[in-house]
Amino acid sequence: MDSFTPIPATIGGLLIGLSAAILWLGNGRIAGISGIFGQLLPPAQTVVWRLVFLVALVGGTFVAADLLPQLGNRPESLVPAPAWFAGGTTVWIAISGVLTGLGTKIGNGCTSGHGVCGLARLSTRSFVAVGVFFVVAIITVTLTGIV
Amino acid sequence: MAKPISLPYLATSAVAGVIFGAGLYISGMVNPLKVLRFLDFTAIPSGGWDPSLAFVMVPAVVVMFVAVRLGRRNQKPVFANNFHEPEFKRIDTPLVVGAALFGIGWGMSGICPGPAIANIAFWPQYLVIYLLALFVGSYGGSVIIPSGREKRLALAK
Repeated sequence: MDSFTPIPATIGGLLIGLSAAILWLGNGRIAGISGIFGQLLPPAQTVVWRLVFLVALVGGTFVAADLLPQLGNRPESLVPAPAWFAGGTTVWIAISGVLTGLGTKIGNGCTSGHGVCGLARLSTRSFVAVGVFFVVAIITVTLTGIV
Repeated sequence: MAKPISLPYLATSAVAGVIFGAGLYISGMVNPLKVLRFLDFTAIPSGGWDPSLAFVMVPAVVVMFVAVRLGRRNQKPVFANNFHEPEFKRIDTPLVVGAALFGIGWGMSGICPGPAIANIAFWPQYLVIYLLALFVGSYGGSVIIPSGREKRLALAK
């Protein structure tokens, strides 16, 4: 359990909740990253705030890492493909990205949209989605042996 | 009331974005290995399991839960005319299949869309592949399932 970091995790979680609360109470929008990212193409009027949010998100990560480098959360690389996979890490990551883009689009949300906002809204769809993607992700990690 | 491109509306988006990004870094969820160590339940017996992700999700949901209650009392957001609350309620096949596909993608890499965007700040190896693939998958999904509230509601009838 040496990698378990409950205090930074809780503070980070509070900040993510605060962000979602600000976007909801200020603009009436759900802080769901797959939705914000996936609708960067028209309708044009909503593209501006989506871009502003995403650029600011990158900025917030950068500044936090600059101020708190001792947390050591900055990854050098994405996790390499498991040794048994002959296609290499590039192909593995590409498959992971395509499945995530496709799945979050047709399922209408990811860890933030369904996970944080949907559960908070007590949305039945989000409870189902979160249950499914957590269980499937846990099975996937177990079967692939990636860690 | 302010239009979606008013300055306060965009400033709110920017503030929310910065806080979200900081939260992802501080929580450690920008690190895909940390997410995978949560998802790896086989490590529980050996004591190698990292429950941190649960400690991120719970307070985030609690804070947002309070905000949703406050919003229902105020009836409308400060800088917009209405809450964009999803009106689609039915548990349908796209929801379950989509969540399952996302679960596979997430379990393969430990990355979901938020941390993927946040990691642009660090530009780790292979991130560009992931982002391009995420866009391709998302675009593909919008071809298969029409996006937009009206189209989805019409399809559900």
